[in-house]
Amino acid sequence: MSRKLWHFHGGLSLAGHKDESMRKGVLPTRLPSHLILPLQQHIGEPAEPVVAVGDHVLKGEVIARAHGYVSAPVHATSSGTVVAIEERPVAHPSGLSAPCIVIETDGREKWRHRDTRITDYTALDPSELRNRIREAGVVGLGGAGFPAFIKLNPGTARVKTLILNGAECEPYITCDAVLMQERPREIVEGLLIMRHALRAETCLIGIEDNKPRAIEALRNTLAEYDAEGVEVVAVPTRYPAGGEKQLIKVLTGEEVPSHGLPLHVGIVCHNVGTAAAVYRAIAVGEPLVSRIVTVTGRGISHPRNLEVLIGTPIADLLAECGETRGDLDRLIMGGPMMGFALHTDETPVVKTTNCILAATHEDVVPDQPALPCIRCGECTRVCPVSLLPQQLYWHARAKDFDKVQDYNLFDCIECGCCAYVCPSHLPLVQYYRFAKTEIWAKEREKERADIARRRHEFRLARLEREKAEREARHRQKREALAKDKNKGKGADQAADESKKAAIKEAMERAKAKRAAAGVTPKNTENLSDEQRRQIAEADARRKATKAPAEASAEDSAGEANNKESE
Amino acid sequence: MLSAILALAVLAVVFGLLLGFAAVRFKVEADPVVDQIDAILPQTQCGQCGYPGCRPYAEAIASGEADINQCPPGGEAGVQALADLLGRDPKPINPEHGEVKPKMVAVIDEQLCIGCTLCIQACPVDAILGAAKHMHTVIEVECTGCELCVPPCPVDCIAMVPVKTDIATWKWPYPESLPENRPTSLADLLTGSAAGSGA
Repeated sequence: MSRKLWHFHGGLSLAGHKDESMRKGVLPTRLPSHLILPLQQHIGEPAEPVVAVGDHVLKGEVIARAHGYVSAPVHATSSGTVVAIEERPVAHPSGLSAPCIVIETDGREKWRHRDTRITDYTALDPSELRNRIREAGVVGLGGAGFPAFIKLNPGTARVKTLILNGAECEPYITCDAVLMQERPREIVEGLLIMRHALRAETCLIGIEDNKPRAIEALRNTLAEYDAEGVEVVAVPTRYPAGGEKQLIKVLTGEEVPSHGLPLHVGIVCHNVGTAAAVYRAIAVGEPLVSRIVTVTGRGISHPRNLEVLIGTPIADLLAECGETRGDLDRLIMGGPMMGFALHTDETPVVKTTNCILAATHEDVVPDQPALPCIRCGECTRVCPVSLLPQQLYWHARAKDFDKVQDYNLFDCIECGCCAYVCPSHLPLVQYYRFAKTEIWAKEREKERADIARRRHEFRLARLEREKAEREARHRQKREALAKDKNKGKGADQAADESKKAAIKEAMERAKAKRAAAGVTPKNTENLSDEQRRQIAEADARRKATKAPAEASAEDSAGEANNKESE
Repeated sequence: MLSAILALAVLAVVFGLLLGFAAVRFKVEADPVVDQIDAILPQTQCGQCGYPGCRPYAEAIASGEADINQCPPGGEAGVQALADLLGRDPKPINPEHGEVKPKMVAVIDEQLCIGCTLCIQACPVDAILGAAKHMHTVIEVECTGCELCVPPCPVDCIAMVPVKTDIATWKWPYPESLPENRPTSLADLLTGSAAGSGA
């Protein structure tokens, strides 16, 4: 195996601390009483719940569906009853809560019917494979949690090389190492499925040379398969060799451009855990319901790797690993270089949780005061992305966010090498993270301001239009009135005449009808003298009151009366 | 002598015509400075600056009528950006125009709302939904927090609440304001030795 390897700039040699958790292989965990499943365990849009409180769900059932393209569904990881859909603390440096579905397990672990197993994936169209992987909720298990099916869709680009990342460069973390040792078959099968979906020519599995057993296991398995163009490559142990761009550089010598994707240089990179999850999704028909998590550190008595249902609270994991020491200082999710401190042990394991590090008081030295930067340049020497950490620090500290982007802040992978070597103990990565979130917040604000501007302009235009319309209506009315006046009384009289004629005609018709039917009004015949006198008096009174006012109307009314009485 | 005068006169006429033509042909419709200023302003359309909206204020700044420190929603960062753009010295927000507050959104107490539509008419960005004698509600994502809907409400059912931070909008704090548990010290786990060794 004399493959030419390249080097990435900088990096560090760190003590591995991997043996502690590697002694026992992967152990199962007891079923927790409650599972807490956050709706967002991936990059992209949060999933949308499709169950309600009180519903009974089976293991592997979809409980929240993907919302939008860059999203992934969430599955029930055991059978039980949905007891709450609410905000719960999740694994995030902020310690904030996010919407979760909480399932009370019933202990039966009853599966919903599994998808059909696909024995011959080569018969399937890549898009069908991608759909199944999407439905199974598979996301990148290396840490970022990007939906895997998107990275298996090269579009029109041609994929030269598919790289499986088994470097696992961060100290303490061993979940990928044990996976490679114990389940090499799953990884190789998954790799072949991915290769088919991508139509990649060659495949490389990059593993740091401090994991000889993993390398051996994968090489032996590969030998059983007739897989041409697949190679296991041992890469030198140097942090952060497991960074995507760093591993690509080491294995192929290709440099992924700034703001670019590996696909731009014809490469796609997936984690070994993702490959195993793809295998389970396609060949076993199981969605992503569990993963391997390393629980280690001096804060617990029995460091180990556990097969954990996604949604298991961290506290249940710690209970599996013996006693926690009294001087347990904090729990870190992830490794010591890139992880973050958890605010509570009630947060659940999510798809991207690879390691829980229990640190004691001893491990965490009291905070050392940050001293001024002495421009020693150590940070520049170790930066694996060849950035200028000092310059980034100065500008981030001065909150000069344009400048900090000129120095390619967004290419920083937050590996922590610069802060590790800094003799002044400057919290460099904190400055970069601060600057990044500030810039994102500014962009969001700008977007909102643009929307507000458009809406305000639209409103002004609408008010203007409504005013113009109102004015036009009023003008029309005024004009119509003026026209009527011009026509004068002649028109009015003519209208009156025609009305009168119409009334008269109607009366004639009624009279003719009555005559034809031979009906005579009963109430006007056979009246007594007294009644006639009363009628005459009433008529006279009416005439007297109406006469001065509307002579003509009176006339016609009188006529009508007369006719009526005739 | 005469030829020199003639030559200069001809040149003057030619260039005059050229400039005249250019003035008509390449006329700039709007003042580009106004657009640049308007792009910096936060577009709350709240009128705290004394002008009926952000654009009129931008025009007033461009014409020298208004100062750059009259926009509390823009905050110090807004003043700084305006100062950079216009080459002036930044100054603190003028307290006459209100104080700098965290971002807010309006929330209507739907139990109390009588459906009078007064707030709908007041909202500069059409972020309130409702009809006469029907309950109104604020479209939260469109609300700029300008507070213009609060005074017209006859039943005082509109409250301004601070925008809640969630995981998507959370920001890392500025390192100097961090509590003592700075994650840099986590790197000491790597030395494998006891406390205090440092990096």
